[in-house]
Amino acid sequence: MSLTIEQLEERVADLLAEAKRLGASAADAAVSSSAGLTVTVRLGEVETIEHNRDQGLGVTVYFGRRKGSASTTDLSPAALKETVAKACTIARNTSEDPCAGLADPGLMAHDWPDLDLHHPWELTPGQAIEIARDCEAAARDFDPRITNSEGATLNTAEGSFVYGNSHGFVGGYPTTRHTLSCVVMGQEGDSMQRDWWYDTRRAAEELASPETIGRRAAERAVARLGARKLGTCEAPVIFRADVAPGLLRSLTGAIRGHAQYRESSFLLNALGERIFPDWVRIHEDPLIPRGLASAPFDNEGVATRPRDFVREGVLESYVLDSYSACRLGMHTTGNAGGVRNLAIESSGQPLEELLKQMDRGLLVTELMGQGVNPVTGDYSRGAAGFWVEKGSIQYPVEEITIAGNLRDIYLDLVAVGTDDKIPGSVRTGSWLIGKMTIAGN
Amino acid sequence: MTDNLATAKQILLAPAGLDEHHLAQVMERLAGHGIDTADLYFQLSRLESWVLDDGIVKEGNFTLEQGAGLRAISGEKTGFAYTEEISLENLLEAAGSARAIARAGQSGSIAVGSPGTLDPLYPPANPIESLPDEAKIELLHRLDATARAEDPRVKQVTVSLVAAHEVILVLDDEGRLAADVRPLVRCNVQVIAEQKGRREQGSAGGGGRTTLEFFLEEERALGYAREAVRQALVNLEAVETPAGPMTVVLGPGWPGILLHEAVGHGLEGDFNRKGLSAFSGRIGEQVASPLCTVVDDGSLPGRRGSLTVDDEGTPTGETVLIEKGILRGYMQDRFNARLMGVAPTGNGRRESYAHLPMPRMTNTYLLGGDHDPEEILRSVKKGLYAVNFAGGQVDITSGKFVFSLSEAYLVEDGRVGAPVKGATLIGNGPEVMTRVSMVGNDLQLDPGVGTCGKDGQSVPVGVGQPTLKVDEITVGGTAL
Repeated sequence: MSLTIEQLEERVADLLAEAKRLGASAADAAVSSSAGLTVTVRLGEVETIEHNRDQGLGVTVYFGRRKGSASTTDLSPAALKETVAKACTIARNTSEDPCAGLADPGLMAHDWPDLDLHHPWELTPGQAIEIARDCEAAARDFDPRITNSEGATLNTAEGSFVYGNSHGFVGGYPTTRHTLSCVVMGQEGDSMQRDWWYDTRRAAEELASPETIGRRAAERAVARLGARKLGTCEAPVIFRADVAPGLLRSLTGAIRGHAQYRESSFLLNALGERIFPDWVRIHEDPLIPRGLASAPFDNEGVATRPRDFVREGVLESYVLDSYSACRLGMHTTGNAGGVRNLAIESSGQPLEELLKQMDRGLLVTELMGQGVNPVTGDYSRGAAGFWVEKGSIQYPVEEITIAGNLRDIYLDLVAVGTDDKIPGSVRTGSWLIGKMTIAGN
Repeated sequence: MTDNLATAKQILLAPAGLDEHHLAQVMERLAGHGIDTADLYFQLSRLESWVLDDGIVKEGNFTLEQGAGLRAISGEKTGFAYTEEISLENLLEAAGSARAIARAGQSGSIAVGSPGTLDPLYPPANPIESLPDEAKIELLHRLDATARAEDPRVKQVTVSLVAAHEVILVLDDEGRLAADVRPLVRCNVQVIAEQKGRREQGSAGGGGRTTLEFFLEEERALGYAREAVRQALVNLEAVETPAGPMTVVLGPGWPGILLHEAVGHGLEGDFNRKGLSAFSGRIGEQVASPLCTVVDDGSLPGRRGSLTVDDEGTPTGETVLIEKGILRGYMQDRFNARLMGVAPTGNGRRESYAHLPMPRMTNTYLLGGDHDPEEILRSVKKGLYAVNFAGGQVDITSGKFVFSLSEAYLVEDGRVGAPVKGATLIGNGPEVMTRVSMVGNDLQLDPGVGTCGKDGQSVPVGVGQPTLKVDEITVGGTAL
């Protein structure tokens, strides 16, 4: 159903030609198209069947050092013309910016490897319903305390995109992504708790089984029943692997070139500084076959490659696109569009060992709210999880907050677990932090 | 409404050569045997945004989005398909996909008509064209200059200006055709101030369903620049927040986001039909202090959360959710209203044609009470005065909600003291509302900055409240 790479390449060529015709000195364009199916089953019955079909194009034009952008979901020739014209009008009104422009032509990717990102799943709505039904049934059968459900959802999507610019670069590839998730509610006395689990993969055969996902969702909801508050205190905290990626995203946000040149980062000018204990290594690998965030070139056509951001605890590299690199007098790191397949190396202990090492403290399994200040690093978020004594889980806790400052939290990282098989594009085990402030009753 | 309808047909149907007979043909394919209800939704949106950063207008962006979404419902099952290219062929194909949830069968015939006229709550004008580009650029520069002139400690200023124009047309399976033409503007100023190596941010903004001239009236936007600077300077002096339960006084206006999270989401019809909310099955029960009356009202002229008709064509209005502490009703779209046997309340909303509608808030606020705000603050022995909020989240099943404070002060013996930083409030919605012990006489709606997310769909909303005193709520700070 979605457009082919060749069709998308034609649209990109048309966009670049139109930009040139209207007098742009440089331009780039991206066009994408995808088709998919989303099915939700709730309490054993089909709830929704959605046929997804999305498309869009975006163009950025430069008139010397002035820039304008426009995008549309309408791929008709008329809309394409209107979009480019609008981008040009905008470019006449933006300011001269010495760093505005395409990336250096010498950095464009070529001869990139096939990253094996395209594994279509020929799935009828009927088959999708059966999978979702099995998943939800496994959750509901797991424990009599599972009394209600928000359902299980299967989504499969196949799409293509092409990026090109006036350096003559053009590149694109097809991708797929398949996701199965389940959300259920447990009840015991007055306590009602919901929780969920999921898996998401490029290839359907790698997805965890519907039963595994359903049981995990149920297990998580039931474990939270009867949660209590905690007294306000200071204690060590473990961020379980499924909530730990947020700590890494705060790091990459703070070392983005944009945050650095705007001086709006809690890690301002920290390049070369020790920001973690010396055993810590944090890196990205954009070229992992079948990786959820894999890409052979970034959003400017620049070749991507594996990179260490933190080595032996020291900040080795910012996250740069060509604009922020220019502002900082550096070179792009091929991170236009973000970091791809971020990972932190484990210090070697399984979660059970981290619990023993913590002895007495808080295991956090859910975080709520947006309480992270990117400028100061002040961190204060709602949390739920389990209270741990003598290295073993005692009871579930909720309606508490954990607080600290990210600079201190990073330096106070005691260990990272081996439990790093979480779904998604970030690879991390659980994080043990030496001490944080817990607010409760 | 009649004008809106003519505009919508002109913009959405005419370019594809479609008229009401074609719509009837698509609806006959979509609805019919085995289908209880169905709708067809057409949308065209244009959005323009400008960003000034570092003293220069760095970015401008324009987005054109259009398409049609088709929904067929059988019992509790929903089939949904959409298309970006509005043509009879694509609409018929999508209708076939959407209605496949029910067995095929005979269709009846549909007569398309408009149910009547409604006065629009906002001007139909396209706000993108309400000011020449030069005037937009000049406004951005004036806000930058104003912020920098306020105080030499201001180091960075980012100004954004967004104007959007959306035209929608919706046809239900009974042939009722409704349309809306929706302007939306927003302006925001964010600053970073520095003092002795410490950096803090402040931000302020506003907007509504109006044109860009709104920001020029009474130098309104200059007020955002001054307010953002004031907040950043306050934060430069902020001390650590104490951790633990305490009395909290919430300021008027935007802090109404507490209601949005603590009770609003839990009162949306879908969660309650499914029995997933902490408020499920509790209509008629005391769920808040008798001082609390909470309403949702999508019919306030020009407000960010307002809609002349919702995305299912239902006129909006005032819905009383909680009256003097008693739970009175839920917010409904047509689907959940039908299944629960109640009337829709004009709360059926969707992010776009590519998303299914669901019950969503519009403008949600708590009505004013008897107390002078000064008197409320004077009554606090030891606590926190929360004036501004960054954002929140709720778990509707457990009722737990959390939100972050961007401006707050310690209160001791009735006096407002030092500002605090990095504070978070966490509580249980139904519990916190029973602890409201004083309600101010200073009801205020927010300046028009709210965006609400649910199931991955974002929609603009409004919130509001008077000054409120909550006897006890857990404050997440770093100081013991």
